[in-house]
Amino acid sequence: MDRYDVIVVGGGHAGCEAALASARMGCETLLLTMHLDTIAQMSCNPAIGGPAAKSHLVREIDALGGQMGRTIDRSYLNIRELNQSRGPAVRALRAQADKKRYQREMIYTLETEPHLSLKQALVTELLVEGGTVQGVRTKSGVSYRGQTLILTTGTFLRGKIVIGDIRYDGGRQGEPAAAELSESLEQLGFALRRFQTATPPRIDARTVDFSQLIEQPGSCRRLAFSYETCEYLSDQLPCWYTHTNSRTIEVIKENLHRSPIETGSVTGKGPRFCPSIDRKVLKFPDQERHMVFLEPEGMYTKELYVLGMTTAMPEDVQIKIIRSLPGMENAELMRPGYAVEYDYIDPSLLTPSLENRKVKGLFTAGQINGSSGYEEAAAQGLIAGINAARLCRNLEPLILDRSQAYIGVMIDDLVTKGVTEPYRMMTSRAEYRLMLRIDNADMRLTDLGRELGLISDTRYTKFTEKKELVSRTVALLGETQITPSARVREILTELGSGDLAKPVTAAEILQRPEIKYVDLKRLVPSIPELSEHVTEVVEIEVKFAAYIERQQRQVEQFRGLEDLKIPNDVDYSLVPGLRTEARERLKAVRPLSVGQAARLAGVSPADVSVLAVYIRSVADGGRTE
Amino acid sequence: MVEDTIAAISTALGEGGIAIVRISGAEAIAIADRVYRGRRPLGEIAAGRIVYGEIAAGGEIIDEVLVSVFRKPHSYTAEDVVEINCHGGVAAVRRVLDLVLESGARLAEPGEFTKRAFLNGRLDLSQAEAVIDIIRARTELGRKTAVSQLTGRMSDRIRPARSRLIDAIAHIEAAVDYPDEDIDVLDEQELVEGIDEVRRQLGNVLATADAGRILREGVAAAIVGRPNVGKSSLLNRLLRENRALVTEIPGTTRDLIEETMNLRGIPLRIVDTAGIRHTDDLVERLGVARAKESIAEADVVLFVIDGSMELEQEDREIAQLVKTHRVLGIVNKADRDLVVRESDLNHLLPQAKWITVSASEGTNLDEMEEQLWQLIGLSGTLATGDEVVLTRERHRRAVGAAISSLDDALRVIASDLPYDLASIDLQQAADHLGEITGETVKEDVIDRIFERFCIGK
Repeated sequence: MDRYDVIVVGGGHAGCEAALASARMGCETLLLTMHLDTIAQMSCNPAIGGPAAKSHLVREIDALGGQMGRTIDRSYLNIRELNQSRGPAVRALRAQADKKRYQREMIYTLETEPHLSLKQALVTELLVEGGTVQGVRTKSGVSYRGQTLILTTGTFLRGKIVIGDIRYDGGRQGEPAAAELSESLEQLGFALRRFQTATPPRIDARTVDFSQLIEQPGSCRRLAFSYETCEYLSDQLPCWYTHTNSRTIEVIKENLHRSPIETGSVTGKGPRFCPSIDRKVLKFPDQERHMVFLEPEGMYTKELYVLGMTTAMPEDVQIKIIRSLPGMENAELMRPGYAVEYDYIDPSLLTPSLENRKVKGLFTAGQINGSSGYEEAAAQGLIAGINAARLCRNLEPLILDRSQAYIGVMIDDLVTKGVTEPYRMMTSRAEYRLMLRIDNADMRLTDLGRELGLISDTRYTKFTEKKELVSRTVALLGETQITPSARVREILTELGSGDLAKPVTAAEILQRPEIKYVDLKRLVPSIPELSEHVTEVVEIEVKFAAYIERQQRQVEQFRGLEDLKIPNDVDYSLVPGLRTEARERLKAVRPLSVGQAARLAGVSPADVSVLAVYIRSVADGGRTE
Repeated sequence: MVEDTIAAISTALGEGGIAIVRISGAEAIAIADRVYRGRRPLGEIAAGRIVYGEIAAGGEIIDEVLVSVFRKPHSYTAEDVVEINCHGGVAAVRRVLDLVLESGARLAEPGEFTKRAFLNGRLDLSQAEAVIDIIRARTELGRKTAVSQLTGRMSDRIRPARSRLIDAIAHIEAAVDYPDEDIDVLDEQELVEGIDEVRRQLGNVLATADAGRILREGVAAAIVGRPNVGKSSLLNRLLRENRALVTEIPGTTRDLIEETMNLRGIPLRIVDTAGIRHTDDLVERLGVARAKESIAEADVVLFVIDGSMELEQEDREIAQLVKTHRVLGIVNKADRDLVVRESDLNHLLPQAKWITVSASEGTNLDEMEEQLWQLIGLSGTLATGDEVVLTRERHRRAVGAAISSLDDALRVIASDLPYDLASIDLQQAADHLGEITGETVKEDVIDRIFERFCIGK
């Protein structure tokens, strides 16, 4: 191939989605990775989804035609629902992955994708001419030309492994770092910054006494991440959990002076939401009990992941900490926990399409943008892949806003606010989380995915049928009257619900917390039979209608300013009345809309008003001229 | 631009003769036609014409009005606009606005007319910049004025309340994102107590705002009592002593006479229900209903009895009508021999304060005024400029809305619904409060600018 449309550097979760998206959109795509065997590796926790909106991201990726959901559905060891009691907005899914199986599935998907080539190579240099991407050069001296380039470098840029006071180069334990690429980025004028992340030790399952631990089985419900999946694993492996105790805390306290946090051997900022056990003890010195989960890394391995015990303490301390835990008195480490420091670029240099504003055709996704987590990386990878492909075709980029998707919330946060610590998706980051539910990701995004060319005919037909069924059923429930009668009273009493004083609609009855859709069917046999998934959407739409409507009003208000677009070529030095700080910030970030400008730190309401008035007048002037 | 139709009173509320209710939006003319009666419907009136007619609710005529119709884009907002010029005083114009709102318009956000004018391209750059200059000038001047003192005081009270709500939201959100779902990290009682406390504080703030409204729009007082207890002479005496500002404004109900007097700087609008009782039999029968109506609309009630006679059944009936109101009991005809005993009065209306006066001789009227002043409950707040009321109108609305959102949140928490839903309501409440304090809430900046305008402008 003389020249690729899209070159993706890195084969992690971001790289896989990016490469698949652009190839599926028909672009000739090249994926370059340092090692073909470590594609789609789960470097830390072997799990997809989980609380804090990670599973929402996976569903959104799936609704847009991405891969992560489909692959995890074919490779999990167990799957569970979380937060069932915490409300529709925060319901979540978590799958324990068979780490190797996940990789195999993903690699095979990549290998069989038309328009996609995979090559093992260490990229050392970006080729840029006249501010536009031309391609990359590899360690072995080969150049690949590409119209667009997506960097998904994870923890590899100048990666530095830290265990205790030992530091050495590496992008992941046992793998080399990518130093030259960092230099190449710096030569292009990027000021690279440092973050840090860490992973717990892995222990040998044969040395654990499981009778001391509490078993956590997978769900018996038919759960899946992908809207396409219709096969479900019935024979699931359990996880196990226990708690730290006073001995654990004692060991950690005795050795805090050897923690890399204390010795200063870790300098980059780490993820606050995923703290190491030493940091937890430092922060909450009086709390003895912290949860600890033991999770299988795969069907064909004895390695266990010790969730909750992230640490980069010296290896001898790690052994002591682990052995203080119930059932792990004789545990053997197979791999010690460690921290890794790496370079990232300031994400506020990006447009919301994830293209870099300094170099045309250069996209970045995942940890290089200051985020943390597989799902966060995959979601950015998908958007970068889509937008690189669209750039090749001279099409407008896909930009999701904060009311459409967690993906939109995340990218807006990254490019508008920048980062001061590794960015992790949280449900609480979304203002409109009742709209951005895990159950309705398909309703929100499948049409977009279809327009992008990433949703198959079969899938789309299935989706439109579901959508139609949902709206028909919701409408039907609103129209169907139920009048008080002896039979109605009897059924309601049986369901633990009060009698009717006057005729009400079926929807009103379903709004009673104790009533489920299946119960309603006893009262109104004519309403349609629904699958579990459709039932869930219908129940939420009806039960929480008042709240959804309230939030919808908030969304409409939000959209007002989002829709006031700032022209690409606006010259901020010509806008009268802006304060200097705001002017600099606006010049640096170049927001796409007045709404986005308003979210910039350092831009005051008065600045935005001046800007809004200016934009409006320029637009008006443009029309009349 | 798809927008709903909005309405507001676009003149300062005061003693001025004419007040304008402005309606703007696609439905403006249709909505106006629902409340307007004239020779022809407004839909058939040519743009720019002014027509004469009445505003009516059911069979009742609220006010005689002049109405101007503007058609888009040739109006202030570049939308269809109807302006109703009311002549009937504060009460009438408010009823006209209420009617318009009931007929499908939404109360305009502060500055929303100007915002629409801006968004519809009606204001150009220089105008808009001028607008911003005005806002800036006001902000600087404002510090020196009572207006901003009041606003500042308001913010000082609102800010801690809002900050508590933000804490509560953070609490819920932390729980929502808390990884270990087996642990209930949220203390429901603490949450509810926190919200209750904020709700109480806001209730107090709202009471202050009510005082503000009273300062500006006056107090509505109803004089009630059976015939011949001396209501009219009491009223006449009060008006004479207090140099009545206006006489004989037709009130909200035409059969009632509304007089306005100046009570220590605030307008006291007295509805004399005397007129009701001294007419023919039919009206006599309607009397109780009318009296009830005027009592319902009153801020305070002056309940007059004849101290020279034993209490009658009618006195007791009236006492029943007013017992839930703020009542000042007046024992009249102190110039004669008083036969009514204190125990009778306490029995008649236990919660009321009673004062003995002679309307015909003018005795003890100062004390009555003092008691009335106490009853109104203003603590020496001074009357201020126009903007105070306008600002406060916005504040009142925002605080009221916040309270109602807090009630929603409390309902969620009390029910089996997940706490996270309460955070929607709490956020809504915090947003409403943020509108007052100017704290960044949802970065709705254009709205924020235009909120600085007076409502209806």
